[in-house]
Amino acid sequence: MTFALPAIFAILTLAGAVAALVLRNLVHCALSLVFAFAGLGGVYISLGAQFAGLAQVLVYAGGVAILIVFAVLLVRERDEKQDHTTIRWGNLLSGIAVSTLVFIALARCILSSTGLHNAAPTAPVAEIREIGTMMMSVDILPLEIIGVLLTASMLGAVIIALKEARR
Amino acid sequence: MTPVQIADQIFVLIDHWLIDQCPTIFQPIVAAILPVVVILGLFPALFAFTTVLERKGLGRIQNRMGPNRTGPLGLLQPVADGIKSLTKEDTVPRAADKIVNFLAPVVLVIIVFLTFAVVPVGRNMVLANLDSGVLYFFAVGAATELAVFMAGWSSRNKYALLGAMRAVAQMISYEVPLLLSATCAVMIAGALSTTTIVEQQARYTGIWPHWYVFTPWGFGAFILFMIAALAESNRSPFDLPEGESEIIAGYLIEYSGFKFALFFLGEYLGMFAISGMGITLFLGGWSAPFSFLTWIPSYLWFFAKLFAIIAVFIWIRGTLPRLRTDQLMNFAWKFMLPMSLIVLVDTGLWRWLTPGAARWTITSLVVIIPYIVLGRAAGSGKIEKRSYRYAT
Repeated sequence: MTFALPAIFAILTLAGAVAALVLRNLVHCALSLVFAFAGLGGVYISLGAQFAGLAQVLVYAGGVAILIVFAVLLVRERDEKQDHTTIRWGNLLSGIAVSTLVFIALARCILSSTGLHNAAPTAPVAEIREIGTMMMSVDILPLEIIGVLLTASMLGAVIIALKEARR
Repeated sequence: MTPVQIADQIFVLIDHWLIDQCPTIFQPIVAAILPVVVILGLFPALFAFTTVLERKGLGRIQNRMGPNRTGPLGLLQPVADGIKSLTKEDTVPRAADKIVNFLAPVVLVIIVFLTFAVVPVGRNMVLANLDSGVLYFFAVGAATELAVFMAGWSSRNKYALLGAMRAVAQMISYEVPLLLSATCAVMIAGALSTTTIVEQQARYTGIWPHWYVFTPWGFGAFILFMIAALAESNRSPFDLPEGESEIIAGYLIEYSGFKFALFFLGEYLGMFAISGMGITLFLGGWSAPFSFLTWIPSYLWFFAKLFAIIAVFIWIRGTLPRLRTDQLMNFAWKFMLPMSLIVLVDTGLWRWLTPGAARWTITSLVVIIPYIVLGRAAGSGKIEKRSYRYAT
């Protein structure tokens, strides 16, 4: 019974992801990807990682989704009435074959690993206070590196946008 | 319990009594649903009252009387508006995307109601006492931008799309000062839970409360938070995306009848929710302003503060002119973001220095001097020719 709630959210995530692959309209795909993000956040929260789940919703559904949608809008092709409904059977069969092979390989690796038969470790404390303390004491180096990375990406974005204006 | 305590907790007591009346099987469901029903009934009623208040208030500011035909002093105007919007024809453009068009107002209203769950309306009166209530509020509130975008895009109208993109750009720009100024209150309170933040502010030294707005960093953070709240809910002077004379209601242009009323409802409720969060973080939530006034029930204080903030918002709407998009963006990125970073550093200083007069002077100076310097520097220099960039 404890797996019911994460299972429901997992099904929602999978439905959103499949819809993002299958739908014809590109903006519809982007919006169903938002469902997938929110579903993943729900999985995190229902498994007890409140901070991870809420940060997932905040960053992905609130930030990355909007970024994707803007990118789709600004880079659209002129005519939208392309027919994407013809199924090419050769492509479909080769795709199914490749994905089945990959699935079998991954499943064999996972099922034959030793970690599957160990006892479940004690759940770590996922309180926000603990995460904050650890980020500032034990994991301070990754935090600083991430800060440098984000600054570099922001500078890159500003430089790219600046070049367009100086044409 | 003393009569003062009974008056303060009356709704909690009624809630417990109603739950006890139900058979034991239904008790968890009723316990979960009853506060939700109260929220669903109370805040739209507040919205109805606010529309009248706003139209009368704006009318008086503009030297005219507001609506005064329906009911005494025009107080039944929301009823008339409701009947009108329910009976209007619901036009959907032929080329519009029907599913997304239908879902946009629904998603907006759902998300805004979700954000009400962590606002403590009174002592022991919060729907969900989450450990990370503030994070939940901003995480869910960030999804309102998606609803705005859905509305603008699904109408297949250039002006709607332009309005939606401007609205989303405005909202994401003002998210950053909003979150940074909220982080200041969280830093000092030491918890992300809204009830803990309010309880930390509900103390008194002498008769003076420990509200965060009465500290230098808290005052700066409160002003930044309120400006960002105005921008997040697309209210004047930041309502260019839905300005009636600029872009003809922007992303709302193809909506009529009840869907338009739902957008209206969602926007005003969003304003209430974010004002409620501002009250929780800076104005002490449900606590009384002086220690000799604590006998007045806590929920009355919360709603008094909410009314005060709504009145100030209406006042600002009637007084200030609308900001242009580039002025808006400049304001967000060149003034509010540096200011909120400085207030964040100031909060750290407040925490680090020993309590006393020196702490007050140093933190006040750290807020006031950058405010003056940034205000002069980020102001408009010489007016240069505007360069236009088009999306290809």
